[in-house]
Amino acid sequence: MIEATALTKRYGPKTAVEDLSFAVKPGVVTGFLGPNGAGKSTTMRMLLGLDTPTSGRAVVNGKSYADHAAPLHEVGAMLEARAIHTGRTAFNHLLALAATTGIPRSRVDEVIELVGLADVAKKRAGGFSLGMGQRLGIASALLGDPATVILDEPVNGLDPEGILWIRNLLKSLAAEGRTVFVSSHLMSEMALTAEHLIIVGRGRLIADTSVEEFTRQASTNTVRVRTPDAERLREQLVGPDVTITSEEAGVLTVSGLSSEQIGRTAAEHQVVLFELATQQASLEEAFMELTRDAVEYQAIPAATRSNVTEGTAA
Amino acid sequence: MSSRPSPATTLDGGPAGRSADSTVSAPTARSGKVTQSRVLNSEWIKFRSLRSTYLTLLIAVAAMIGIALLACWAAANRWNHLPMAERANFDAAGRSIDGYVFAQLAIGVLGVLVITGEYSTGMIRATLSAVPRRLPVLWAKMAVFGGVTLVLASVASLLSFFAGQSMLSSQHIQTTLSASGVPRVVFGTAIYLTLVGLFGVAMGAVTRSTPGGIASVFGMLFVLPLILHALPSSWVDNIGPYLPSNAGQALTVLHTEPHQLAPWTGAGLFAGYVAVTVVIAAVLLKRRDA
Repeated sequence: MIEATALTKRYGPKTAVEDLSFAVKPGVVTGFLGPNGAGKSTTMRMLLGLDTPTSGRAVVNGKSYADHAAPLHEVGAMLEARAIHTGRTAFNHLLALAATTGIPRSRVDEVIELVGLADVAKKRAGGFSLGMGQRLGIASALLGDPATVILDEPVNGLDPEGILWIRNLLKSLAAEGRTVFVSSHLMSEMALTAEHLIIVGRGRLIADTSVEEFTRQASTNTVRVRTPDAERLREQLVGPDVTITSEEAGVLTVSGLSSEQIGRTAAEHQVVLFELATQQASLEEAFMELTRDAVEYQAIPAATRSNVTEGTAA
Repeated sequence: MSSRPSPATTLDGGPAGRSADSTVSAPTARSGKVTQSRVLNSEWIKFRSLRSTYLTLLIAVAAMIGIALLACWAAANRWNHLPMAERANFDAAGRSIDGYVFAQLAIGVLGVLVITGEYSTGMIRATLSAVPRRLPVLWAKMAVFGGVTLVLASVASLLSFFAGQSMLSSQHIQTTLSASGVPRVVFGTAIYLTLVGLFGVAMGAVTRSTPGGIASVFGMLFVLPLILHALPSSWVDNIGPYLPSNAGQALTVLHTEPHQLAPWTGAGLFAGYVAVTVVIAAVLLKRRDA
């Protein structure tokens, strides 16, 4: 369980995170989405006590991270893949981290095996590919068998096989009842992995919703109808919340009605249909739409303000 | 990618996802508190698992012994040509451990790297996540590096001493470890080197950058005395003995020179400078964002 309350972080005049409140529940994978520079990494660093919030509070499993006696057992984190001394072997890196909380050597071997680095564990981490670095980062996150797992962009640099592996790993971690909090800037990836979404833009919360809900709300589904009787069908479908457009003869794009409703109406009026298909707007488009709004939301007040001052000066 | 995935398909983990279950959670990852001794163990693992550690320490030891042999061979060789005054003041013990001047470079750099190596690679964030109270990391690093340096520098000083004396014995100008003040010179050199190392660790923690840390350490130790010499000579005499390196090096000579602090006074002052730097490092480590 992760709880952020009015979390704010300023670096000089720049606000990285502003008044961010959310809760991440155990048992599901929660995606932390936002464009680059939205404040995801800063938020994660504050969760781990690496950065001190300017104001607000971050609590993990009921306490501030730093107040846990055995933090690696509470929270396993990978903030950036390259939080590893390049001159040290993967094995020794994990062994040193494990030693801080008395985790035995056998567990180090276990996590190495788990992430598939057994062949290179005795090689220096400086020579690792990005994907191997990610796997090592995930190994260190799992070292303490933690109740909460925080991963910053874990699929970065992984090949398709690795991405699938992470996806399954995250789901199995959540299925075991753990809190799994994963950041990404890729909506498509999160749609496959996460059940819940926390979306940020410019350091502010934009949405805190389930993936299902997000998809339903953010995208207006349309139905494509191909029929030789387009004009007659259009007349029958018209209603208060219905919009119908037609870009080519014999094809209608209907929003505000489900394909079932359209199909029934057509049957009632004995209109022949050649094609009836629901078209879902892409999640990526919906996500971009949403975060673009956040950017505009930030930009517009400033512009309005300058207009106002110009107005009063004139 | 051709078909748009519906959000309801979040359970497409399949058999691969299930098979991971059994290995993620393991009884071997027992819960344990972070303690100072565990952090010490962790830092010891880190210290001994880097190639640069061995290389740098080897350079320091080899330089000390090598320079001892060279300096004492040269002294013995030139002995009959030396003026009487110089012969009278000859410090057989000090001459044999003069290699510390070089060894302190290696040890100062390694001290800085003990901390800045973690900052430059990003490792520090893993370290501080594991030990969020942070200060145990600084204490552990100082204990590991200070302990190793003290032992190694003591051994190197002793070996240098005996190697040097064996060179000097050709002219029968050698001294022995039982002679008055000699143990203080030999082990005092080890103490001085250890303090230089700890100064490096603390400066590394303050600057968080390898070049910055090295520049600060050697700026304080070597450049400060040089700058002082550009000032009027009365200043040199009054301020000079209190500079960190001059104070600390009082421990490494048999006969205290004019305008030099007494051996243990100087050592105490140098230790004080190091302690102040450590306190600053601790406060900054605790306060700053990692």
